[in-house]
Amino acid sequence: MGINFRKETFRDDFTFRNSPEHIRRFPFPFHEDAYMYAVNIEPHVPGPKGSVLEHGIDVDEHYVSEMHDRALVLAEDPLRCQSLPHMTLAGWDLLELLMTSKAESYPEHFTLTRDGDKWHWINRPLGIDDHFTFGDVSTLPYGPMEYITRQSQGDFCILDQRDSNLWMDAGIVTTQADWSLDFDIGMNFFEWHAPVPLAHEKGIFTRALKFLANIQQGAPARRLNWTMTINPRLDTSPENYHKWGTDRATVTPENVGQKVHLRVELQSFWRLPRSNALVFPIRCYLIKMDELVTSPKWARRFHRVLRDLPTELADYKGLSRYRPTVIEWLSKYDDGAPTSPGFGPD
Amino acid sequence: MSAGTSKIDVTVTDVIPVNDLVKRFHFRRTDGAILPTFSGGAHVVVEMRDDDRTRLNPYSLMSSPLDTTDYTISVRRDDVGRGGSLFMHNRVKPGQRMVISNPVNLFSLDLRAKKHLMIAGGIGITPFMAQTSQLAGEGGNFELHYTCRTQALGTYADVLQARYGRRIHLYHDDRNEKLPLEKLLSSQPLGTHLYICGPAGMIDWVRRTAAEAGWPSETVHYEHFAAPQPGKPFDVKLAVSGKQIRVGEQQSLLEAIEAAGVDPPYLCRGGVCGQCETNVVSYDGKFLHNDHWLSEEEHRSGCKIMPCVSRFEGKSLVLER
Repeated sequence: MGINFRKETFRDDFTFRNSPEHIRRFPFPFHEDAYMYAVNIEPHVPGPKGSVLEHGIDVDEHYVSEMHDRALVLAEDPLRCQSLPHMTLAGWDLLELLMTSKAESYPEHFTLTRDGDKWHWINRPLGIDDHFTFGDVSTLPYGPMEYITRQSQGDFCILDQRDSNLWMDAGIVTTQADWSLDFDIGMNFFEWHAPVPLAHEKGIFTRALKFLANIQQGAPARRLNWTMTINPRLDTSPENYHKWGTDRATVTPENVGQKVHLRVELQSFWRLPRSNALVFPIRCYLIKMDELVTSPKWARRFHRVLRDLPTELADYKGLSRYRPTVIEWLSKYDDGAPTSPGFGPD
Repeated sequence: MSAGTSKIDVTVTDVIPVNDLVKRFHFRRTDGAILPTFSGGAHVVVEMRDDDRTRLNPYSLMSSPLDTTDYTISVRRDDVGRGGSLFMHNRVKPGQRMVISNPVNLFSLDLRAKKHLMIAGGIGITPFMAQTSQLAGEGGNFELHYTCRTQALGTYADVLQARYGRRIHLYHDDRNEKLPLEKLLSSQPLGTHLYICGPAGMIDWVRRTAAEAGWPSETVHYEHFAAPQPGKPFDVKLAVSGKQIRVGEQQSLLEAIEAAGVDPPYLCRGGVCGQCETNVVSYDGKFLHNDHWLSEEEHRSGCKIMPCVSRFEGKSLVLER
């Protein structure tokens, strides 16, 4: 039993791929043949067994390799992880959430033993076995947020709630789709969403903020977001644009299947109990086109979504340069048949 | 999804008279597990099965957030209120099982503050019991000023003085002791945040005085749970669900909507959180807005109502529920 962790890379030789079972559990984000912004937020309740929603915090076959990639990013650029002084308590909240969730969902891989504030944490996949005092920063090798998020897939933004707004005052962001924690830290909800086109006019952010500000303890929520990435890179940060920006000019009809990836973010939203902060884990899932088209429904539907996407959105998501090549390639998999409703691969 | 659906089964483990007006209630989880962690200033909504009606009242958690083996709340008896506090005082006994919501915090500490200045009136002391426990545990800098009618009605004043000594300042109405608010507000170090919980008149006075003294509004935090006021009965049509309901004299509009089988979202049931905001489809009459959520402009517009605390007088009211 347990997860068979893959050894793979997200840079240089790009050995990342999904096993056949993992292709089936990919969180395909389109429930119909078209895409437009919506406040597609729903309660983060457990989903079907084996899906990425089975547990509140998902751990999958890429875990060990992703954590290795995160360590490389942080070694190069420590500013990917920042916490303003008033957010330390929220960091402990997050540590508790992630440790208890992982230990409960994956007992074969993680164990947490608590005796008052004396905690013992075992992370078998990463070979970690640590004793520490909950609340005492000096008993961990990093601050509580950095310690636990170096052991957790996905980016984490911790938001302070005050003055009827949310403030991005802490986070670890190493697997982002072209945005920067170092730029956004200290900004409020409207400030960090300022660059997003079309959604402001629809009043989406005002409604979303109101919803998020009312998220309660014990009742987390979630939504899916998506973009595309050339080569299976986790780190597509503005800081490293010089490394990945040119990838977008390398897409040819011959290499679409291997190079072009659909990138889906599962964002969940949790109220943290001690600090009353909110945490947004942003979990990134990648799938290459060759893997995606193993599901005929996904292939057909993604062709239609990409073909009909408004130009502003394609520009904002950075797809414009290679979009025609990918649409042409995907059109071979679109026989014009109707797609069934819902996200599943059929 | 109703915002109030995340519930906890608890057993009352103790009911302790604190003084002539206040009783303290202790709850433990019925399944024996520990209760969820919370932060100072949080409240829970307590469900009261009062014969054929269910009352839902919010009460601040006053136990230490550092120890969640039990939750405690304190309830001030209101002999002329709608009956929730009387139910708690007269009907709730140790051993009884009850249902409470998960904690919700609408009166959170601003952890950026260099100093926390707290002003409490009467039963408004309860959220500060938890906040001071939390801050003391972290070595936080706070100072509490507490006004009460008499020494005997200074709920937990003795406990607070024993715990925190000179950080606690008491003012008794019957001794004509007055909180020197202007002096207090003008002598605080930069970076101080102000927290107020007590009667509406006190909150208004402190907020106004702070504003006049130049305190930025972001540094002034207050909590006032307006209990729903009784009033004349009125009729309402619910457009979406197609129901026709009557709101009784002692019932809130929200309670009447719930009693009709509609399950609107709510969090505070006190007119402050905004969750139950409801669109008005049409009306002929006068709104009695009692909430702190809608702006004055929205109150005047006749387009929205907060059914947890607000009422209506007139010929017809149609709501989008």
